[in-house]
Amino acid sequence: MSATELLRVTDLHAFYGESHILHGMDFTVNRGELVTLLGRNGSGRTTTLKSILGMVGKRTGSVMVNGRETVGMAPHRIVQLGVGYCPEERGIFASLSAEENLTLLPPVGSGGLSVEELYEMFPNLRERRKSPGSRLSGGEQQMLAMARILRVGAKLLLLDEITEGLAPVIVQALGRAVRSLKEKGFTVVLVEQNFRFASKLADRHYVVEHGRIVDTFAREDLEKSMDKLQSYLGV
Amino acid sequence: MQALFGQLLVGLINGSFYALLSLGLSIIFGLVNVVNFAHGALYMTGAFFAWIGLSSLGIGYWPALLLSPLAVGVLGVVVERTMLRRLYQLDNLYGLLLTFGLTLIIEGLFHHQYGNSGNSFPVPEALQGGSNLGFMYLPKYRAWVVLVSLLVCFASWFVIERTKLGAYLRAGTENPRLLQAFGVNVPLMMTLTFGFGVALAGFAGVMAAPIYQVSPSMGSSLIIVVFAVVVIGGMGSIFGSIVTGVGLGLVEGLTKYLYPPAAATVVFAIMAVVLLLRPAGLFGREK
Repeated sequence: MSATELLRVTDLHAFYGESHILHGMDFTVNRGELVTLLGRNGSGRTTTLKSILGMVGKRTGSVMVNGRETVGMAPHRIVQLGVGYCPEERGIFASLSAEENLTLLPPVGSGGLSVEELYEMFPNLRERRKSPGSRLSGGEQQMLAMARILRVGAKLLLLDEITEGLAPVIVQALGRAVRSLKEKGFTVVLVEQNFRFASKLADRHYVVEHGRIVDTFAREDLEKSMDKLQSYLGV
Repeated sequence: MQALFGQLLVGLINGSFYALLSLGLSIIFGLVNVVNFAHGALYMTGAFFAWIGLSSLGIGYWPALLLSPLAVGVLGVVVERTMLRRLYQLDNLYGLLLTFGLTLIIEGLFHHQYGNSGNSFPVPEALQGGSNLGFMYLPKYRAWVVLVSLLVCFASWFVIERTKLGAYLRAGTENPRLLQAFGVNVPLMMTLTFGFGVALAGFAGVMAAPIYQVSPSMGSSLIIVVFAVVVIGGMGSIFGSIVTGVGLGLVEGLTKYLYPPAAATVVFAIMAVVLLLRPAGLFGREK
């Protein structure tokens, strides 16, 4: 494994009970890179993120995080290698206040942002810090879900559909946040339906179909491969 | 009037035990998702540990108040690690069956060793006697039981609702898999939570020893009512367990004064009504 690789997924198969969801995923993400997993609904992108964290029934193959093999590790041990996860359903705990949600996660690495810095990045959260998680708007929940993994010092961020169902102004704010994270050297795997959002940020796009990677596009090739990509995504 | 207050005091004491036991059941059900049928047997075990400690080792009430729940808690940790843990992927009916089996085994063991007759446990010297309040006679030990139970319940509620440790518990109760995906050692939390919940039962057992006879069946007669309390309060609601526990104890006491024959069934009648009107319980949220 080269020194620049932070995540290497090799021949990853994942199962929920009897159903076989991933059929040999192969991809790598280098330190400081932002890659997207593109594909139609049900192609296995969310399952890929969950498999990296060990949140599926069973997985085989290899997932190297920061040089460590994680297949066979318990989810909390994998995360402690420096992984931050922003789930599709956002995963804000309804019975905790916004601030409790923000400070709940144990540190998984050094150099996390302070609560104060996070409130500066997402000012709405400061006003809403006493509100129960269940009372936050979709946009506030999404910002909170992002903010809490930035506090713990995670270096590899797995972001699942962070713009889904949000107003354009919030999508723009999230775009700025993700861009600034990339500039700060974070490594990001982005599962995204909103291709316009993803295309402006990513170094590389992996296309997922039926639980495996079927194609890869570098950012510089995107312009000339647009037709091909659109046929994959069916847009 | 004396009789009314006397019955209300008995109700308040029973209610204190209901609250302690249903609190433990609720915490366990919330995070571990197991209906711990062995709760009554472990309450009995707590009382027996205290009695054995006193009669064979000369360990008094005060050390027993700490040591006995600790021992029951350790027993719970062992049970969780070696048996319960294997059932989490299955329907929670299996957890109920396992703990029901454990109840039979634990009760059988004590029954075999110590027979079925009750053993009395003396009230500790410092809490003997009582005072006449004018409208009723209040034995010191009973006042102590009510006070300490409520204190322990309140402290548990405070820790769960107001501290970081409690935030973990609340988050884990909502979504344990997600909490683990944020780097929290949820399996360890479940072990410790189960241990703490049954330690509360052991604690209630020691508290009960000087009031009720220490016998192998003392848990099974109580636990049926406690399950009714948990259902009325709402499965998994901490606050609901405490309030419902104390409240139903008082209702029982009041019924004993107003219409004694109904005292044993009033809790179940209330349970039936609550299930009809609010299936999730008075303080429960629909899942």
